This record gives sequence, C-alpha cells and structure tokens, in this order.
Amino acid sequence: MWKLLQIELYKIFKRPRTYIAFGTIASLIMIVQFGLKLDGKEYVDFMLSTIPGFELGGNVLNGYLVCYITLMMLLINVPLLVTIISADMISGEANIGTLRFLLAKPYSRAQLIIAKFLATVIYTFLLLVWLALFALLLNMLLFGVSDMVIFKSSYIVVIKSNDVFWRYLGAFGFAFIAMTTVAAVGFLLSIFAENSIGPIVGTMSIIVFFTVISTLNIPLYSAIKPYLFVTHMNNWKEFFDEKVDLNNSTISGTIQNPQRIINSVLVLLGHTVGLLAVAVFIFKRKDVLS
Amino acid sequence: MFLLLGFSTFADAQDMAPLVNKLKAKLDQVNDYQATGVLKTDIAFIKAPVSRVKVYFKKPNRFRLVKDGGISILPKGGLSVTLNNVIDLGNFVALAAGDATVDGFAVKIVKVLPGDDANDLVLATLYIDEKNLLVRKANITTRENGTYDIGLTYGKFSSYGLADKVVFSFNTKNYKLPKGVTLEFDDEAKTTDAEKLKNKKGRVEISYDNYVINKGFDDNIFK
Repeated sequence: MWKLLQIELYKIFKRPRTYIAFGTIASLIMIVQFGLKLDGKEYVDFMLSTIPGFELGGNVLNGYLVCYITLMMLLINVPLLVTIISADMISGEANIGTLRFLLAKPYSRAQLIIAKFLATVIYTFLLLVWLALFALLLNMLLFGVSDMVIFKSSYIVVIKSNDVFWRYLGAFGFAFIAMTTVAAVGFLLSIFAENSIGPIVGTMSIIVFFTVISTLNIPLYSAIKPYLFVTHMNNWKEFFDEKVDLNNSTISGTIQNPQRIINSVLVLLGHTVGLLAVAVFIFKRKDVLS
Repeated sequence: MFLLLGFSTFADAQDMAPLVNKLKAKLDQVNDYQATGVLKTDIAFIKAPVSRVKVYFKKPNRFRLVKDGGISILPKGGLSVTLNNVIDLGNFVALAAGDATVDGFAVKIVKVLPGDDANDLVLATLYIDEKNLLVRKANITTRENGTYDIGLTYGKFSSYGLADKVVFSFNTKNYKLPKGVTLEFDDEAKTTDAEKLKNKKGRVEISYDNYVINKGFDDNIFK
C-alpha cells in the first residue's frame, strides 16, 4: 500500500500541471501583497470610513489582517486548483490507457482507489502548507505582527496578537478538511470519465450550484443548507471570533461558536468518507476497458 | 418686559469663572505627563480585549493614547477631550447650575460656554468638587464628535488634578456597520453577544496605575 502511495505521489508531482496550482497561489498572494503594500492605507481608510466617529490606532494592516484578506479572496479559488489534480486521478489514467495495466498489479481495486485518494489528500495538504507559507508567514514578515481587527457583518472583533497564530493553524486545518471534501467530489466524478475535463467542470459546477443555493435566503432551501458541504466550507472564519465577558471585553483563547466548527468538520468529514466509499463501491464494480 | 426679566435672571446667575480659574491653576502645574494604565472598551459593536495602554499629554492639549504593541479603536477625539481643552478656553462664560453629589462628594454644577463661536466645544457641564478642587464628572458636547460623559475617580495624583480612573460614556445606537467591508456576508441568524448589547451606551474606561509628571518626553510621540 505504501509503495502504491509512493507511485501515485510520484505520478502527481511528475506532472508539470501540478505546479500550476503552486505557482498560481504564489503569484496571486504576491499580487495582493504588492497592492496592499503600496496602497494599503487606502484600503484601511475605506474600512475606517464605515465607522465614522471612531479612530483606529496602531499597525492595522499587519500580516495577520493581510493573511485574512488573502484567504477571503483565495479560498474561493483553491477548490479549482484541488480539482485539477483530484478529477484527473482516475480519468487521467483512463485517458492515456494505463488504468487496465494498473489494475493488473497485485493490489485490490479498493487499495488502488484509497492510495490514489491519499495521494490527492497529500497534494491538497501540501497546497495548503504552501498557501500558509505565502499567506501567513510571508505576510507576517512583510507587514509585521500586531493585534488583528476584523470587520464582521455587524460588529468588529479585535484579537490580541498573541492569540491569533493558533487560530490560523485551526483555520488552515479546517480549510484542509474542506478542500479534502472538494477533492473527494472530483475524485468520485473522475471514475465516470475518460478525460479530466468533464470531472473538473462537473466538480466546479457542483460547488457553484450548491454555493448559490446556500447563499439564497429562501425558506425552501434553508432546510437543506445545513447538509450541503459548501455551506460549511467557509466556516474557517469562525476561528476569528471571540466570546466576550459581561463587560463586553473579549476572552483570550476562546471561540464564539466552537460548536459551529465541530458541526462543519463533521459534515465535511462525513461527505469525504461517504464520497470515498461510493467511489470504492463503484470502482470495484466498474468494467474497466481503457 | 420678559426680555428684561430674562436678562436680569441671567445677570443674577452666579459667575463661576473664579472657581474654574482656580481649577485651571491647579491643572496648570502639569506641563506634561506619561501614564500607564488599562483600557477597557465596552461598545456594543466592538469586541475588544482589555489591554495595557500608555497615555501621553503635553500642554496645552496634545494627547495621545498608545496601546502596547496593539490596535485601539476609540471614539474619535473623545479621549483627547481632556479637561484642559475645556478649562484652557481663555475666553469663556462659566455659570452656576446648582449643587449635586457625585460619588458621595458635594459638587458645584458649572456650565462652561466658550466665548468663541468657532470653538469645537459647544458646552461643558462640570461637576466641580470645590473643597478638593477636582472635577468629579463632566458632560461635554462638541461640534465634531457629539456628546460625552466623563466620570473621574481620583487617588494619589489628585493633588495634580489627575484621575486614577476615567470613564467616557457616549451614545452608540446611531452607529451601524455596513455589510461587506471585508467581504463578510454572515446570515442574520448569527447573532452574537455583542449584538445583544445594542442600544447600550458605549463606554471606554482607562484605569491609570502610574503617572510620570513634568519629566518631559519627545514630541514625536504625537506625530
């Protein structure tokens, strides 16, 4: 099994297209960094204009806030970068005619599917580590570290600088679970196709479709929203909200709604396991002709 | 007839300028100070931690609050409206508006109106402890930043007229954050503890633990 996983990882990282995702993330982050470094004051002034009568003191546009802004923009696009690889895992082999040869190896189909999925998960993990390196660590170096101010829909949260880093670890961990679910969707669809275009477009269509449903405030759809994985994908933001005491002062080390994070993790993991189980079930019965 | 009667009543109102000037003389002992303390912010739509702050003041009215390595969100101009701004007016009218008790201290209520119409200060009501020559409470209305209540509690620096604890209160119900400033579009069901506090008065409290008075410091701190 370990050997199989090594082979799959070798195949992923041998392909030039794998590095497109890493390059895209690095360049997008650097564009955001460049813009905010040169014109960040305008952005902060715009944020402040929403609370006339108040003034902010200190290094508002620090590495922690820039990372948050970057993630808000980027995590919408990362599913596409994950799908490029996950949706190609089976369909890519079918396309070049190597799937039959692969099945001739002394491994069960379930082992093969699980190894391929694990390789996808490792790719997703490395992509998020890369994202964390550029979005968090590089921003910390470039913009410095200070308290973090987040403008929520109806309130502002100020988190002490020594209380932020672990929240990012949590947020990236959460994003990894969410992206693994996206990878599982692409992976399942790749079983049905003989080239990767269909599964990639199919996965992105599913994400867009369910995202639209989850953002519509129509009672009919409200009942199904909690069960859609896309509803939970953005809940990494919950790490950046704190409980307050009776004096409305934040309590360091707390999360406003930890249960919301736990629920989302359970829904996402449930989807991932379910989708993988379906993938194994179908692939074991699939008549492989290519 | 009524006009004359009104004028006569106004003229009879006790002129409190001597008391205010005595207070000014006491505060004038302080040319500058640096103070350290703890800042607590209790504003309905702001969730902020309790934090340590440094406060810098130089005559006549330069004031700066710096949060130790952090970020502060404070009412604009509010905290810098010190008693010096009020008392240093030069041209003002101070009228007696009765007697009261604040925190167990007998006080004179004094209405201070600037003589200059262009002054940012519109009206200040000072609750002056005549015996100790201290302002125990103030209500200040400015053109730019609305009305503030300031509560002052004194301790070991009372001889300089410097408070150990200053509480600023102001109305926050008119403030509302527009959605989408940082691309946040939470649904309405996500109410928070902070939202439950809506319509409450905003309150910023600074508890000072030390003052360094008249030792001088670099002016760059105000830049």
